[in-house]
Amino acid sequence: MAATEFAPWEDPQAKPLICFRNVTKRFGEFTAIDNVSLDIYAQEFFALLGPSGCGKTTMMRMLAGFENVTEGIIELDGADVGDVPPNKRAVNMMFQSYALFPHLTVWENIAFGLRRAKIPADDLTNRVEEMLKLTRLERFASRKPHQISGGQRQRVALARSLAKAPKLLLLDEPLGALDKKLRQETQFELMDIQEKTGTTFVIVTHDQEEAMTVASRVAVMDEGNLMQVATPDRIYETPNSVYVADFIGDVNLFKGTAKPVGEDQYQINWVESLPPLNATSSLPLNDGQSCHLAIRPEKVAINAEKPDDAVNAVQGKVVDIAYLGNLSTYYVELPDGTVIKAQTANTRRISRRSFTWEDPVWLSWTATAGVLLDS
Amino acid sequence: MMRLSWFNVVSLTFGFVFLYLPMIILVIYSFNKSKLVTVWAGFSTKWYGELLQNEAFLNAAWVTLKVAVISSTFATILGTMAAYVLVRSGRFFGRTLFSGMIYAPLVMPEVITGLSLLLLFIGIGMDRGVMTVVLAHTTFSMCYVSVVVSSRLFTFDQSLEEAALDLGCSPAQAFRLVTLPIIAPAVISGWLLAFTLSLDDLVIATFTTGPSATTLPIKIYSAVRLGVSPEINALSTLMIAVVTVGVILASLASKRNVAKMRQEEIAAVRAE
Amino acid sequence: MRRFFLIAVPFVWLLVLFLVPFLIVLKISLSDAALARPPYTPHFEWAEGIWAFFSQLDFENFVFLTSDSLYWKAYLSSLQIAVISTFLTLLIGYPIAYGMARAPEEWRPTLMMLVILPFWTSFLIRVYAWMGILSKEGLLNQFLLWSGIINEPLVILNTNTAVYIGIVYTYLPFMILPIYAALDRMDGSLIEAAEDLGCSRLTAFWLVTVPLSRNGIIAGCFLVFIPAMGEFVIPSLLGGSRTLMIGKVLWEEFFSNRDWPVASAVAVVLLLILIVPIMLFQRNQQKQAEAEQ
Repeated sequence: MAATEFAPWEDPQAKPLICFRNVTKRFGEFTAIDNVSLDIYAQEFFALLGPSGCGKTTMMRMLAGFENVTEGIIELDGADVGDVPPNKRAVNMMFQSYALFPHLTVWENIAFGLRRAKIPADDLTNRVEEMLKLTRLERFASRKPHQISGGQRQRVALARSLAKAPKLLLLDEPLGALDKKLRQETQFELMDIQEKTGTTFVIVTHDQEEAMTVASRVAVMDEGNLMQVATPDRIYETPNSVYVADFIGDVNLFKGTAKPVGEDQYQINWVESLPPLNATSSLPLNDGQSCHLAIRPEKVAINAEKPDDAVNAVQGKVVDIAYLGNLSTYYVELPDGTVIKAQTANTRRISRRSFTWEDPVWLSWTATAGVLLDS
Repeated sequence: MMRLSWFNVVSLTFGFVFLYLPMIILVIYSFNKSKLVTVWAGFSTKWYGELLQNEAFLNAAWVTLKVAVISSTFATILGTMAAYVLVRSGRFFGRTLFSGMIYAPLVMPEVITGLSLLLLFIGIGMDRGVMTVVLAHTTFSMCYVSVVVSSRLFTFDQSLEEAALDLGCSPAQAFRLVTLPIIAPAVISGWLLAFTLSLDDLVIATFTTGPSATTLPIKIYSAVRLGVSPEINALSTLMIAVVTVGVILASLASKRNVAKMRQEEIAAVRAE
Repeated sequence: MRRFFLIAVPFVWLLVLFLVPFLIVLKISLSDAALARPPYTPHFEWAEGIWAFFSQLDFENFVFLTSDSLYWKAYLSSLQIAVISTFLTLLIGYPIAYGMARAPEEWRPTLMMLVILPFWTSFLIRVYAWMGILSKEGLLNQFLLWSGIINEPLVILNTNTAVYIGIVYTYLPFMILPIYAALDRMDGSLIEAAEDLGCSRLTAFWLVTVPLSRNGIIAGCFLVFIPAMGEFVIPSLLGGSRTLMIGKVLWEEFFSNRDWPVASAVAVVLLLILIVPIMLFQRNQQKQAEAEQ
C-alpha cells in the first residue's frame, strides 16, 4: 500500500520541483507574503487555499513571474528564477478570467504559445489537435471565444496553458466562474487531465471544498503566512490551529484549560457549571494551560437518552434545525447558553425525524473525536 | 423600464430640431438658383459646378487633406503611446505634468495654442508651411487620441497581456499581437477624431501656416467674412455629406458587429 | 529601457510643442514692441542668469493692459458671455441628456449618434449656418415677418445675442454627452427607491438624479466655459464690432496691429484667468477616471 501511494513530501530523498525559501513580498508598506518557505513536488496537485487577501494569488504571481520577490529565493527545478521574466519561464498560467484572446479562434488561442516557441508547423498542428482532443473541443476549433459557453472557455484556457507542456501549471481560481454543477464535473476533469499529462498543478482557490477534492496537498494561508500544509484529510481531521479548524468545514470550538490525567489524556475545564470534557491528544500541555477543543458536528451524536458509555455527554435543547437534504444540523443550546452543532445523516424520510424544536436531547462524543489545540 | 414623459419628448424634439435645422437649411439653400442666399429662386446645382471650377478651393482642399492625413497618423501613434503611459506606466518622475499636458490642450483656447506655437516656430527659425501646421495639429490632436484610447485601456483586461507574456511573448510582441488588435477600434476612432479635428481647424492653422499653405477652413473663413455665399453653402453641404455618410456607416457597422456578437453569445449558451 | 522610450517620446513631444511655447509667450509678453522682424525686442536673455532675469522683468505690457479700458472690458465681457452661455447650454442640454437617458434602450445609440454627428461636422460651417438664418433678410426674420409677430426685421446678426446663440449651438454636444454618460450609468431603481420612500417624481429628480449627475454637469460646464472664454470664430462671424471678446482682441492685436508683446500679454492673462477652471476640470476628470478603474 505504502509503495503505490504518491507522497513525495514524506520522502526525505525527494527533490522538490518548486522551492520557496524565506520568501517575503511587500507592496509598499503592506506585507503580502511574510517569510514563507514551502516545497512543492513534481506531479503534485497542490492547492493554495485561503480567504481573499491572504496572499495566495501573490504566491502564484511570483511563480509565474508577474511579481518580484522582495526577499528570499524561489527555485524552480533547482534554479533560482528570481530574474527570469514570465515569457522565459517553463511555467504557464490559467487565468481566473481565462484571458482568452477575443480576436483569435479557439485553435489560434491554443497555438499562440507554441507559435512563440517557433515550433515546426507539423508539430504545432499535431500538438494543438492533441490539446483539442484532450479537452474535447475539436468541434469548436474555429470558433471565437465569444461563440462558446463558459465551460468551453474554461477548457480552452486549460488547453492553451497546457499546450507548451510546462513543468508547472498555475491555475488561478480555475472554476470560479462556473456554476456549481458544472464546477463539480470540471473538478474531476481537471484531476483526470492532471493525471494524464503528469504536469504539476498549483491551484489557487478560496473554495475549501474544491481544494479538498482536487488537491494532493493543501496549504491554508492567512495574512501572508502558511498556516498548515498537509493532505486534505490531515487538514480536516487534525488541524494544527484554531484558524485552520475554523476555516475548513464546520466546527464546534470549546475554550478551556487543560488538566493532564494520564498519558495523552486530558480533562478540559470549560464552563464551571458543566462537567469537564475528556480528550486524547499528543500535544504536551501543562496543567492549567488554556486550550481549544475542536469537534466536527458530524462527530457529535444526538440522542434522546443519555448514552451509558459516553465519555463526553452534555444535555441541552434543540433551538434550530438546518435541513440540508442529505444531512440535518441540529443547534443544541446547553444550560449555560453555549450552542453546539450536531450533524446526522438523513437516512429516513423527513416526516419521521427524531427530534424537533425544544426537544431535550443528549449530545455525546468520544475522547478521540475532538482535536486539542493550544491557543 | 421608465417611460418618456411629455417633457422628455418635447425636450428631445426641440433639442434635435435646434441641432439639425440650421444645417438642413444650409443644405437646402446650396441648391438655390439665386445668388442671393436668402431668397429661394428655384432648384439648381450650378454652385456645385462653380465650386469644382474654383482652383483656389481645390488647392486648399488638397493641402487640408494632406495635413489631416499626416498629422492624424502621427497623432495616433503618439496619442496611443501617451495613453499607454497614462494607464499602464504607474508612477514616474513628472507624471502629473505629463497628464496635465495631455488634458490641458483639450480645453485650451485655440488662440493661445496657435499663438504660442507660432512664436515657437519663429523662435527656432522654422519656415511656416505645411510642416508647421502638421506639427501643430499633431500636438493638439494627439491629446484627443490619448483620451479616447486611454478610456478603452481602462476597461482592458490586463490579464490578457499577462497571458501573452506567460505564453512566451516579449512585452513588444504582447502589445502587437494582443493589445493592439483588441484596442484597434478605439485607435481607429482616435485617428478619425484627429483627422476631423485637423480638417476643421481654423485658428491654429491660421497662426501656424505660411503663405504657401492655405487650408480649406482658412479659405472658407476669408470668404465667409464677407457674408453668406451660395458657393460656400455648396462646399459646406459636400463636407456635411461626407461626414454624415461616414459616421452613419461606421455606427451601423459597429452596431451590426455588436448585435452579431450578442447573438452568437446567446447561441453558445443555449447550445450548452 | 523600453519603458523609458515609451514615456520619453510623447513626453518630450509635449514639452517641446506645448510647454516650451508657453514659456516663449511668457517671455515675449515681457518684451518691448518694435518695428522689426520679429516685431519685438527681447528684454532679457535666458543666459544672463536668474538675477538678471528678475531684475530686467518688464511688466510694461501688463501695465498697458490695465491702462487701456479696451482690454479689461474685453476680459469682463468674455467672462460674462462665457458664463451666461454656459448656463444657457446647461439649461438646454440637461433636458436633452435626461430625455436620452430615459429613452428606450434601442433608441439610445441612435440618439447618441445624432448628438455626436454635429461634433464631427466642421465648427466653422456650423457657425456659418447661422449667418444666413440670423441676418436682417435672413430666414428667421422672414419667418417672423410672415407670421406677423413683428413688423420690422430684428437685428440679431452682429450682436451679442447672435454670439450667445452661436456658442450654445456649437457647444451643446459637449454639455449633453458628459451629462448623458452620468445619467446613463445611474441605476434606474434608485428613482424607484426614492419614490417608494415617499418622494414625488419632482423631488426624486431633484434629490437623486441631479446630485448623481453632478460630475457630468461639472465636466460639461467646464467643457463649454473654458473654450468659450477664448472663442474667436463665433464673435468674429456672428458678433458685431461692439462685441468684445478676448480671443478676438488677441487675434486683432496679433494680425492687424502686429503688436506681439501685447498679444502675448493678453494670452498670458487669459491663461491666468483660465488656469483655475482648467485645473478644476482636470481634477474632476482624474477623479472620474479613478472611480472607473
